[in-house]
Amino acid sequence: MKLTINGETKDLPDGLAIPALLEHQKVKMPDMVSVEVNGEILERKQFETTILKDGDRVEFLYFMGGGAGL
Amino acid sequence: MNLTDAQIERYSRHIILPEVGGKGQARLLAGRVLIVGAGGLGSPAALYLAAAGVGTIGLIDADTVDLTNLQRQIIHATPDLGRPKVDSAADKMRAINPDVRVITRRERLTAANAQAVLKDYDFVIDGTDNFPSKFLVADACHFAHKPYSHAGILRFDGQTITVVPGETACYRCIFQAPPPAGAVPSCSQAGVLGVLAGVMGTLQATEAVKFLLGQGELLTNRLLVYNALKTTFRNVPLKRNPSCPLCGATPTITELKDETPATCDLK
Repeated sequence: MKLTINGETKDLPDGLAIPALLEHQKVKMPDMVSVEVNGEILERKQFETTILKDGDRVEFLYFMGGGAGL
Repeated sequence: MNLTDAQIERYSRHIILPEVGGKGQARLLAGRVLIVGAGGLGSPAALYLAAAGVGTIGLIDADTVDLTNLQRQIIHATPDLGRPKVDSAADKMRAINPDVRVITRRERLTAANAQAVLKDYDFVIDGTDNFPSKFLVADACHFAHKPYSHAGILRFDGQTITVVPGETACYRCIFQAPPPAGAVPSCSQAGVLGVLAGVMGTLQATEAVKFLLGQGELLTNRLLVYNALKTTFRNVPLKRNPSCPLCGATPTITELKDETPATCDLK
């Protein structure tokens, strides 16, 4: 299947759920990532049950700090 | 508000813009922006907002200037080492523009003081570097109904979003809770390209200026993601999350609390 991940089209095996996709894409710190599929932010408990399908648009959104220590 | 001759000259490149004009400049001079954190993001934001003639600028930060700060925190200079960041920053802002009233608080933003700190401002810039503080700013702005600009930077990446509480997607719509302790590297552990702070902090200042002017479209309901290595800007569309613990249909966060600090190094 073809997925658009962070704006780039990629070929991926069919039937991946979110944890498998994170692993396949070598996301090193999955705890740092929020996942949006077709414009909807997933809750973490939905990761296992969300099976991706051809044409889905996926965004990995990362926690980022930066700025001033408080 | 009538502008003096010196103000008309100082702000002439603003006033000549039809979207600003004398009226818009007067709005900036009457505007009140709070900058939380006088560090990498807060530095350029404070300098540009002072130069722009934002009449009241609040700065809250408990830290002193450290040598490792100077690679990116451009409001501070080598002779400022060891000085409170709010004092160092206020000096530069007053030197740029004596029209600006700079209000400093040398303390941390906490759940206990947030309401009192935020109440006199129209817009808030989150220039903090750690997750408990970023969640606190987001929650405090939600409860105080203050629009704010969030930004984060790490390595060669930056991201920013503007939030109008109750109307647009908020920080917790994206990130429900701080990541597990130790899961997220900080700037000191992972590094950050210094100019990234300038790019993102300047975008935050732009949002504050647009908000005060009432011009253009704010960076709401989309996360702007910048990659410095590829020089790409992407808009990731977002919408309010019905299960957001802060602004969703059945919120679980109903009062302001300090998030437990993560165990990673937060400096």
